[in-house]
Amino acid sequence: MSKWGSLLLAMMLAVAPIAACSSSSDTAGTGEGEESSGRLATVLGRGSLVCGVNGQLPGFSFVNETGEYSGMDVDLCKAIAAAMFDDPEAVEYRNLSAQERFTAVQSGEVDVLIRNTTWTISRDTSVGMEFSPTTFYDGQGMMVSTASGITALEGLAGQSICVQSGTTTELNLTDQMRKIGAEFTPIVFDDEDAVYAAYAQGRCQGVTSDRSQLTARRETLPTPDDHVVLDVVMSKEPLGPAVANGDTQWSDAVKWITYALIQAEEFGITAENIGEFENSEDPSVRTFLGLEGSLGSDMGLPNDFAARAVRAVGNYGEIYERNIGEPFGLERGPNELWTNGGLLYSPPFR
Amino acid sequence: MDEEKIPLWRDDRVLKVVGQVIAVIVFVTVMLILGSNIARNFQALGITFGFDFLGRAASFGIGDTPIPYTPSDSYGRAILVGLVNSLRVMILGIILATVVGITVGIARLSDNWLLRQIAGTYVELFRNTPLLLQLFCWYFAVFLNLPGDLQNPPRLPGPIFLTQRGVDMPWPSGTLQTWLSVAFLLVSAVLALIVWRRRVMVMVQRGESGRSLQLILIVIGVLALLALVFGLQWERPNLSDNAITGGLNLSPEFGAVLFGLVFYTAAFIAEVVRAGIQSVTKGQWEAARALGLQPGLAMRLVIFPQALRVMIPPLTSEYLNLAKNSSLAIAVGYADVYATSFTTSNQTGRTIEMILILMATYLAINLIISLGMNTFNRSVQLKER
Repeated sequence: MSKWGSLLLAMMLAVAPIAACSSSSDTAGTGEGEESSGRLATVLGRGSLVCGVNGQLPGFSFVNETGEYSGMDVDLCKAIAAAMFDDPEAVEYRNLSAQERFTAVQSGEVDVLIRNTTWTISRDTSVGMEFSPTTFYDGQGMMVSTASGITALEGLAGQSICVQSGTTTELNLTDQMRKIGAEFTPIVFDDEDAVYAAYAQGRCQGVTSDRSQLTARRETLPTPDDHVVLDVVMSKEPLGPAVANGDTQWSDAVKWITYALIQAEEFGITAENIGEFENSEDPSVRTFLGLEGSLGSDMGLPNDFAARAVRAVGNYGEIYERNIGEPFGLERGPNELWTNGGLLYSPPFR
Repeated sequence: MDEEKIPLWRDDRVLKVVGQVIAVIVFVTVMLILGSNIARNFQALGITFGFDFLGRAASFGIGDTPIPYTPSDSYGRAILVGLVNSLRVMILGIILATVVGITVGIARLSDNWLLRQIAGTYVELFRNTPLLLQLFCWYFAVFLNLPGDLQNPPRLPGPIFLTQRGVDMPWPSGTLQTWLSVAFLLVSAVLALIVWRRRVMVMVQRGESGRSLQLILIVIGVLALLALVFGLQWERPNLSDNAITGGLNLSPEFGAVLFGLVFYTAAFIAEVVRAGIQSVTKGQWEAARALGLQPGLAMRLVIFPQALRVMIPPLTSEYLNLAKNSSLAIAVGYADVYATSFTTSNQTGRTIEMILILMATYLAINLIISLGMNTFNRSVQLKER
């Protein structure tokens, strides 16, 4: 008995200093290394950006016929990579489900999440995200088959509605149907492809998601003309990039690279004519392109980060037309510049 | 022999203790590093650890609600609904998989060539393809291809409808009268059992006819049947243009998960059963036949009880596998405990907490299954006195 007692004591004595040592060294590490070992330094050191994307959503991030990623979210990833390394291809894409995405950011598996993610207060605070400016103002819609004759949400009372789990749409749908007092059966899938496969097979009478997503997905259904996106907007869905909370240097970098694309459109700078602007006498354009001042290097980025991003993927308008406007014929609407009656507004580069 | 003292590093007693001390130190250190890593990351993200979020309103809908649930209920309630859904699949799955598995296992040893081949093909097909694939197959290829037209759906015997929205069948409506009838049925079942035992005892020990007790049994049976048919207040499913109301709806998601799990696990159970039966020596067969038992009776009375001793331990792990595999339900949109927990963790950002809850839940369920099966195992083992 006493033998085991002394053994236990010996173990505790052996373990205690190790425990104390490991925990103290950990805290010391965070205390000192916070400035130099932030995410920005990590990404710059690695030489490539790990970008969390959807991968199943045409127009935003989708693997095209040639096996390459394309879409608006993908172009944002490329813009960030170009701004940092002057190489839009220095991106590693990670396909994330709606469920996985926040954990992937929290755990640091991805540097930035550009996965048509809606900016909400709870995600910004309790989920531990930090959102960059909105790059796509969307609203939640509902798609039904034309044969069903449903024209409003009330028509879906008592029906089944397909929805992806872990999304704001799942919550908005519940709230909206509660508001109009209509009972419904949610059929919730983890996988986006499964949502639309079940809808196409007729398991659900309606499918709900962001309107842009429905429009894009409608094209991939077996018979697009048999389906219609209802003329209802159930919610505000501001979509934009997100990074982990608590690293302002990195979130600032992502934020201002995104703004640079919007500001470039306001200046009228495109991927083609950027060379002409480099000879511009306008001081605000020269500062923006990093020919004067030190806006970029003050942030820990190359001084000409904005010019690099625009040269690689073009300004916001070009990205929109290439990925959303042309393929799906979606009007820009609220995604116009503020000068054209839209909501896109970049704070000054000064 | 007065040889020198054995050096410390070659002393077996010391080495054993040192080995254990090192193992404990390594384990504790790894745990501490992982723990402090999580704590540090939580601190950096400004997230606190706690389970208080379970009381907040869930505000997401659930498709299958076996117990009452509205989106204004708490996250805890939503997870409970998921748990009931999981248990529903697990319990039904274990029962059906056992029935199918034993049938197929015996069929594999049948003298009938065709039966043997069919059983063999079934086992090889279902045992050698991934369960996830089978779930998708059941869901998208079978259940979603049932007719979607609600005007004239195929009817099974009685008012049971088979549509793309699942199986709709009559079900007790759940009023006070229903519950009184259920209570009456339970009481009459217990009574009938007591009377039956007494009748057998009277017949065996005293050699009486037991006619009077048989009469009582018949009366109880008739009363119970009346309660079953009229007392429970069966509610028929009603078809309208675009919806089915009333009765019990078993959704296609539930069907896909149940069928997937049953037929997948049954293939493994069939092999366990076959191995168990083949482990009984041929002499037992011959002895049973020599006593004049028919093949069916020989199997039931002589072979199977002996095979059971070998079968139960591997059968237990098949049951545990079925319980754990039920978490794949998320793929076909069935709201089991895994699916609702994941939605919760996603809406609240409490991943670590939800993973802990899920681990505890599955651990508890599986420990209960193990406990039950181990008790059963002890009761069928050879009792040596």
